[in-house]
Amino acid sequence: MTFQPGQPVRVKRDFPELRGPCHIRTPHYLRGLDGTIERPLGSFANPEDLAFARPAAKVPLYHVRFDQPSLFNEGAKGDTLLVEIFEHWLEAR
Amino acid sequence: MAAPPTGDSIALLERFVAALAARGIVSEEEIATQIERTDRASPEIGARMVARAWTDPAYRALLLRDGTAAAEQMGVSMAGAPPLGVLEDSATLHHLVVCTLCSCYPRMVLGYPPHWYKSAAYRARAVRDPRGVLAEWGTVLPDGVGVRVVDSTADYRWMVLPQRPAGTEGWDETRLASIVTRDHLVGVALPSAA
Repeated sequence: MTFQPGQPVRVKRDFPELRGPCHIRTPHYLRGLDGTIERPLGSFANPEDLAFARPAAKVPLYHVRFDQPSLFNEGAKGDTLLVEIFEHWLEAR
Repeated sequence: MAAPPTGDSIALLERFVAALAARGIVSEEEIATQIERTDRASPEIGARMVARAWTDPAYRALLLRDGTAAAEQMGVSMAGAPPLGVLEDSATLHHLVVCTLCSCYPRMVLGYPPHWYKSAAYRARAVRDPRGVLAEWGTVLPDGVGVRVVDSTADYRWMVLPQRPAGTEGWDETRLASIVTRDHLVGVALPSAA
C-alpha cells in the first residue's frame, strides 16, 4: 500500500480513451485534480484488465476525498466528494 | 427508456446464455438463482439494519466496520456479492450515493435500483449540484451540515446510515425500521418520526 490516510494525491491527467478501446473506473471529471486519501479499501482485480478477460492483478483501491466546489467551480463551501480510485491512477503531490 | 424486448432480442439473449453455458462460464441455474436472490432483496433489509444500528451500539460498530458481515448477521447471503460499505451521517455531515459511471447499487440489501438512480440526469447532477438535487426531493438539511457525495465507481457498494430522527425515543426496532425507506438509504431524503 503506497498511500496513507490524509495524504494529498492527484488523479493522473490521462485519457486512455483516446488511445483505443478501454474500460476505466476513474471518472473523467476527476482527471488531473487534487484530492486527499480518506482510507484504503483493500485490493481488487484491476477492472481495466478484467473487462477484456485478461489476467488481472489485484490493485489497491482507495477512498479519495475531493473538495466538491473546486471540481465544478460551483457548489457550497465545505461540501465534499468521496470516490473509489485505484492506486495506479493516483500520484503523490 | 428501454423498449420492451422483441423476439429478436430474446433469441439473442438465449443464444448468448447458451454460449456462456457451453464455455462453462455461467449456467442457466446460476442465473436463475441470482435472479431469485435479487428479487427477494428489498429496502426493508437495509431498513432493518439501520433500525438495529440505532438501538444496538455493537451492531452499529460492526455495520460501519464491515457492512458485509453486518448484512450476513441479518440473514442476508452475501456470498459472491461485492463488499458492502456503510457511511454514517452525523450532525455535520450528510451522505448522498450515486454511480456516475453506471448504476452500482447495494442490491443485496436494497433490491433493484429505482429508475431515477440509473438516469443520466441524476448521475450527472448528483456530483455537480448535490444541494440542488436534494432540494428537488424536498430534502432540507439543517444549517451547518456538509454534503458528501459518494461516487460508487469500483468494487464496493455503498449504503447510508442516516441519523436517528428526533421523536423516536423508546421506539423498538420494528417501529424504527418502518420509517426508513430506500430514499433514506441512498441519501436523497431524511427519515422523520412523522
